Amino acid sequence: MAAPEISRAAGAGNRADPPALPTGRTIELLLLVFSVVIVTSALVLVEANQEQELTPTLLYVGLAYLVVLGLAHLAVRRFAPYADPLILPSVGLLNGLGLVMIHRLDLADADRAALLGQDPPDSLVFRQILWTALGLALFIAVLWRVKDHRTLARYGFTCGLAGLVLLALPGVLPSSISEVNGAKLWIRIGGAGIQPGEFAKILLIIFFSAYLVQKRDLFAGAGRRFLGMELPRARDLAPLLVAWGLSVVILVFERDLGSSLLIFGMVLVLLYAATERVSWLVIGLSIFAVGAFIAYQLFGHVQVRVEVWLDPFTDYDNRGYQIAQALFGLGTGGVGGTGLGAGRPDLVPFAESDFIFSSLGEELGLIGLASILIVYLVLITRGLRSALAVRDNFGKLLATGLAFSVALQCFVVIGGVTKLIPLTGLTLPFLSYGGSSLLANYALVALLLRISNAARAPLTRRPAAPAVPIADAGTELVPRPTQGPGA
Amino acid sequence: MNTPIRRIAVAVMVLILLLLGNLTYVQVVKAGDYRDDPRNQRVLLAEYARKRGQISADGQVVAQSVETDDRLQYQRQYPAGPVWSPITGYYSVIYSSSGLERYADPVLNGSDDRLFARRLSDLITGRDPAGGNVVLTTKPAVQERAYDELSRRGYTGSVVAIAPKTGEILAMASTPSFDPNPLASHNTATQQEAWKADNAADPATLTNRAIDQTYPPGSTFKLVDTAAALQNGYTPDSQLTAAPNITLTGTNTTLENYAGTQCGTGQTASLREALARSCNTAFAQLGGELGADKLRAQADAFGIGRSDLSIPMPVTASGVGDLPDTAAVQQSSIGQRDVRLTPLQNAMIVASIANGGQTMAPHLVKEVQGPDLDVIDTTEPDRIGTSMPASVAATLTDLMIGSENRTSGGGKITGVQIASKTGTAEHGTDPKNTPPHAWYVAFAPAENPQVAVAVLVENGGDRALEATGGSVAAPIGRAVIAEALRGGQ
Repeated sequence: MAAPEISRAAGAGNRADPPALPTGRTIELLLLVFSVVIVTSALVLVEANQEQELTPTLLYVGLAYLVVLGLAHLAVRRFAPYADPLILPSVGLLNGLGLVMIHRLDLADADRAALLGQDPPDSLVFRQILWTALGLALFIAVLWRVKDHRTLARYGFTCGLAGLVLLALPGVLPSSISEVNGAKLWIRIGGAGIQPGEFAKILLIIFFSAYLVQKRDLFAGAGRRFLGMELPRARDLAPLLVAWGLSVVILVFERDLGSSLLIFGMVLVLLYAATERVSWLVIGLSIFAVGAFIAYQLFGHVQVRVEVWLDPFTDYDNRGYQIAQALFGLGTGGVGGTGLGAGRPDLVPFAESDFIFSSLGEELGLIGLASILIVYLVLITRGLRSALAVRDNFGKLLATGLAFSVALQCFVVIGGVTKLIPLTGLTLPFLSYGGSSLLANYALVALLLRISNAARAPLTRRPAAPAVPIADAGTELVPRPTQGPGA
Repeated sequence: MNTPIRRIAVAVMVLILLLLGNLTYVQVVKAGDYRDDPRNQRVLLAEYARKRGQISADGQVVAQSVETDDRLQYQRQYPAGPVWSPITGYYSVIYSSSGLERYADPVLNGSDDRLFARRLSDLITGRDPAGGNVVLTTKPAVQERAYDELSRRGYTGSVVAIAPKTGEILAMASTPSFDPNPLASHNTATQQEAWKADNAADPATLTNRAIDQTYPPGSTFKLVDTAAALQNGYTPDSQLTAAPNITLTGTNTTLENYAGTQCGTGQTASLREALARSCNTAFAQLGGELGADKLRAQADAFGIGRSDLSIPMPVTASGVGDLPDTAAVQQSSIGQRDVRLTPLQNAMIVASIANGGQTMAPHLVKEVQGPDLDVIDTTEPDRIGTSMPASVAATLTDLMIGSENRTSGGGKITGVQIASKTGTAEHGTDPKNTPPHAWYVAFAPAENPQVAVAVLVENGGDRALEATGGSVAAPIGRAVIAEALRGGQ
């Protein structure tokens, strides 16, 4: 927590002056360049190992990526100059590696099609590049439009409602529009489709953060003591039960284990952070266990997931095939990996989306995967650090929720493809192929940067009262303050 | 609110550590299992993506990889399939591999240590990695002749020819044989069909009779008796019984000469005459007199009972079985009871006699070449045992010439003195009514041996119950010897 304190102390200057204290923007730019160098090298390796022609084009591709990230960097400079300098480079690195791997799988698919005498399949990487561009545009837009994260608290219930609708929509829509591979997660119109659940996740985090900050004192209220823990009052269980109900509904109607788990875990952690009560965790985990047990008893698709998890090799030819192939890939990669472009990650179905982690594991080995996990860890802990440093409770909860949702999603996806936990079917933030996931996660990162900017900016820039400059207000009628978002 | 957030951060780190721990388990502890799982195609695909080395003999390619346009980049081809398949084996996507394809695999796929320098230079120069080549000791003409002699008569059997001085295997045929080409097909259905047919075949085609199967050696085992006798005070003129039948010591079982004949004209027969006429009663007596220990010691000296022999395919161990009492020794002395030899082992016995009692390691691989046909390694002849002193070997050769001269059957080669022994081994549950296995073991020229052969024809060949080693196996053996000597051996 030292850095923000120092910058705060050093930055007690004038708002109009160019900030004299370190903003971290130069570090961010250098790290971005470093990320792009890694990504470009990865691309060169893929091309070399796939016996493609090595042309200067590869350098231009790298430069183009640097330019795009550079735009994001400029936006950060402009709209959130004190934002955490590590978050954007981490994201740029992950997204770039994802693009390289998707391109590498494209080459494998094209190869196979050529051998079978078929037309080459659609290039996924071009779509993903497009989504990246859109994602960065959304990132800039969020930074630009959301000047202060606390304004979001006002739209808490709106966000909650929108989140619910988005979440429920695929479940309600006919399967022809919403179902892909057994899970009803999509809204597909024409060729393009989005997974509204990815956006719902963020909206729900905003809602729960706002709601919990508002009702914080209620939840912290005393209940009975049991086993040394203060139990909450029964009526305060409502939000948790709502989350639990939501998870069950998703599980039943959309057959989406992953989102179900994600939303429940997220709400639980927000409750814990808001109330500082361990009892919430215990209660939450208990009803999770009950829910999981009932789900296992009732739903075939849950049982299948568990059986495949316990032993993917007994039903190798059907349901265990995917996870078994992923394990074969990871095992073949071993510690050092086969080298980018030199393995056979294309043998795993959905190698570019849900299973991109095993694709990377086959070619980069344990060393590569550990590095990727550490980059995620940097991203997540930087988010949590902003949560610690920011001064308003809504910001704290929001940053915690956003950062933790990335962590939980990584754990669920990576744990799933490496057989640590049953496979659920979520995308890995920034790495996996998928437009909705990328867009949503860029929005998420923009919010994190916004909060970290608030955390690191000089104290004088931020009045404690709602951000309405009273001097400029003139004789206008100031709206009656309803709820103070800050502490 | 900061305390719970810190705890959440710790929890996140724990989650990441769990993932790392699990990854270490998958990618380090279990990595070998996953990599080598037969269902994991990655290694196979990588292997097919590399040009596998060829197997050749005297400039003739018997297995090679040619480029294809399907997913497996190289297709394995066997230009003279069944003739060579006991040596080459097959190389199949589904059914793994056999023969040299399996046991010389590190060379052929390029992972052998001897190819390390080459791999290193491939890496640096960016050259496509390729496997090394295997050059056989086998002589194509001899191999073809051996296969042809067996297969054109429709025999089930095996021929092994060895160069006695070096142990080089000049021919190793087994009939009926299989065609490895459909098994190497990239079409799954073709592979499965061929595999099914090969496994259903009767007599078996996938069995390499020369090394995978043991047979009762019958009278060919008398060479082992004689070698032991000559080193234990007997001379070619030592007298043995000439009786048409004897009763095994301590039993009521009688053992008789072939067709119940007297051994020669006298009351007794010399060892020389007994070997030439292959008299069972004389050798039963001899074996009984020598005893189990000396007989077994001699068998061991020839390599019988070794289970670690590889050429480089592993050779099924031959053996003399249990010899609990004199009767058992008497019965075993004529190569019956539990005595079982592979044709290769029987060829090693005559090769050892031909080489003055020095047993050379039999081997198929003459050279290992790099992908550019540059010689990387040459197999040096390796002596693996001494079966008898040179003088005894000379005497035994002399006795074997006597045997050859009494052996009927066609194919005698003018101007070449062969030293040989035949065998007609009864087997099965009803031995008198089951066609016997016919054996012929020989080497030539007797004065300066260049080739040693063992011929085995299962179940009497085309002569059924009338079959003898001389009538069925000897002509094949002589033809193979003639072919080997013609090649300037």
